[in-house]
Amino acid sequence: MSRYLLRKSAIYLLTFFVAVSIDFAIPRLMPGNPIDSLIGRLQADSTASQELHGFFTESFGLDEPLWKQYLTFWRGLFHGDLGPSIAYVGSSVTELIWTAIPYTLALLVPAIVLSYIAGNRVGAMAARRKTLDNTVLPVAYVLTAMPYMWLALILAYVLAFRLQIFPVSGAYDFSLQPAWTLEFARSFLAHWFLPFLTLFLVAFGGWAIGMRNLIIYELESEYTNYLQSLGAPSRLVRKYAYSNAVLPQMSGLALALGLVVGGALVTEIVFGYPGIGSLIITAIQVRDYFLLQGIFLFIILGVLIANFIVDIAYVIVDPRTRTGIQGS
Amino acid sequence: MDTVDQHTDSVSTGTAAVSVTVAEEAPPRRSRNETLYFAFRNRKLVIGLSVVTFFLLLAIVGPWLTDATPFEFGYPTGEPPSREYWLGTTAPGQDVFAQFVYGLRSSFVVGALAGCVAAAIGMTVGFVGGYRGGAVDEILSVLTNVVLVIPTLAVLIIVAAYLSVQSLLAEAVLIGVTSWPWAARAIRAQTFSLASRDFISVARLSGQTGWKIVAKEIAPNMSSYLFLVFILLFGGSVLIAATLDFLGLGPSQVMSLGLMLNNAVSGSALQLGMWWWFIPPGVGITAIVGGLYVMNVGLDEVFNPKLRET
Repeated sequence: MSRYLLRKSAIYLLTFFVAVSIDFAIPRLMPGNPIDSLIGRLQADSTASQELHGFFTESFGLDEPLWKQYLTFWRGLFHGDLGPSIAYVGSSVTELIWTAIPYTLALLVPAIVLSYIAGNRVGAMAARRKTLDNTVLPVAYVLTAMPYMWLALILAYVLAFRLQIFPVSGAYDFSLQPAWTLEFARSFLAHWFLPFLTLFLVAFGGWAIGMRNLIIYELESEYTNYLQSLGAPSRLVRKYAYSNAVLPQMSGLALALGLVVGGALVTEIVFGYPGIGSLIITAIQVRDYFLLQGIFLFIILGVLIANFIVDIAYVIVDPRTRTGIQGS
Repeated sequence: MDTVDQHTDSVSTGTAAVSVTVAEEAPPRRSRNETLYFAFRNRKLVIGLSVVTFFLLLAIVGPWLTDATPFEFGYPTGEPPSREYWLGTTAPGQDVFAQFVYGLRSSFVVGALAGCVAAAIGMTVGFVGGYRGGAVDEILSVLTNVVLVIPTLAVLIIVAAYLSVQSLLAEAVLIGVTSWPWAARAIRAQTFSLASRDFISVARLSGQTGWKIVAKEIAPNMSSYLFLVFILLFGGSVLIAATLDFLGLGPSQVMSLGLMLNNAVSGSALQLGMWWWFIPPGVGITAIVGGLYVMNVGLDEVFNPKLRET
């Protein structure tokens, strides 16, 4: 068990190292100088812009040798210092990300967990049941093929604009201040529901399809035939098939994380939900490179942590990893 | 039972050995007809293929059906679909149908190119790792695992922001070089199991080089699998490209379905109630991707009799 987790942790540490290095290298390798474009936007005259160029180069430490910059980059990282934001003058990148992250997590965590549970259940039910399969499967395929932002737009259009059941944008009513009151909670939930539903539905489709296929595969296997020939009730057979099919689904969860996070970003943009996605779109529009780089690191870190949690859960669910037997 | 097994086993190695010495003779005609028979009987494959073909034709022919170009202004503003403007016009006065068909083109181009790039990398890494094994395999799988965990979109966002992508080709290459890991992993596993079969040993004994064995023995034996992988990479790339374009990180001079959605959101299509602005691009993306996915399942059933519906 510890060897399995150790190996995984080593890969995650390496991944983090690579990601930080990418984050460091990209701005320095790319054509075009971020400082030039920064000054270009300030529209200073030529002497002033030369001064500014020197000032920025020095203050960002770009005049030092590369290896020193690299070390400084790591040091800043461990102190939680990701530089100043250009888009939101006066705020640091870390501050901005910390205020946005709770909103994104509030969407992501319930959407991932609930869609995983519901998708697995429905997919397992649909397998080898003709009528259910013929209704659930096409819907699941359409859902999983939908771009997140499009489903978000449709839900916003129908449920918020046409039927006016839900509010359109933001995370809570503008007249309210975040507080632990019932009124705020109600407003928060109403704003939260549509973005959550978007993420839930698209992810649900993928899980349902995956589970249905895996269960069919399991129901064809030798042990199922054996059980059936012994006259075991089909409920029992399905139970065994389910616990076997859950394992590949779980490793699929690690793969899907990146996609769902991407989905959350664009969904937030459609609903104007003040999470990481809304930060990204502002950062892209004003070319706030520090902010983009900081968000990149936070997303990587979040995905790595989530992967690690999935791995631990996998060890708990699959006894083979505990005893060190290699599964197929 | 046992003897029968052994018998079939020796037959299969026998034919494999023959195909080694008499390379590429006598194509398996009967089995191809059989495949076609099951292909046309498979409802999923037929549905998926027709949807994809329909939109592909629309992407090819569409731009000739209209005089408008996607970025051209000067049409009535915010007009709902009518006989004159089939899909209506945008709030600033562009023709939605023109944007849609040109956008479809971009989706197919980027999806196919990115799928090719990702498939090429995935195949190289998968074949080399699975066939060579040892330290090379170890290094390649660590590399694969590292790229697998890093969310593709996060990398693309930061790279595309700095590069300011201006062509479909650049966008496709970017998507391709970040989305290969799962394909490499799957191909590696398949290669690994094929590499230990008898007919590969025979090929090795006959003195063929590693690359030849991969190209002539291993790859053809999993060609159907490779095709499925390509289809999934294709569909995935279409979705990723749409997301990038939606974020405003795709080429701004080329109309794409994601860019249409971007324009619709920033042009307050929702607030103005202009559903015809954002419905078509989404339908296009969903139909292409969904069609490809369903086609993939159908093909899988055709190639793999075990999965066929009973």
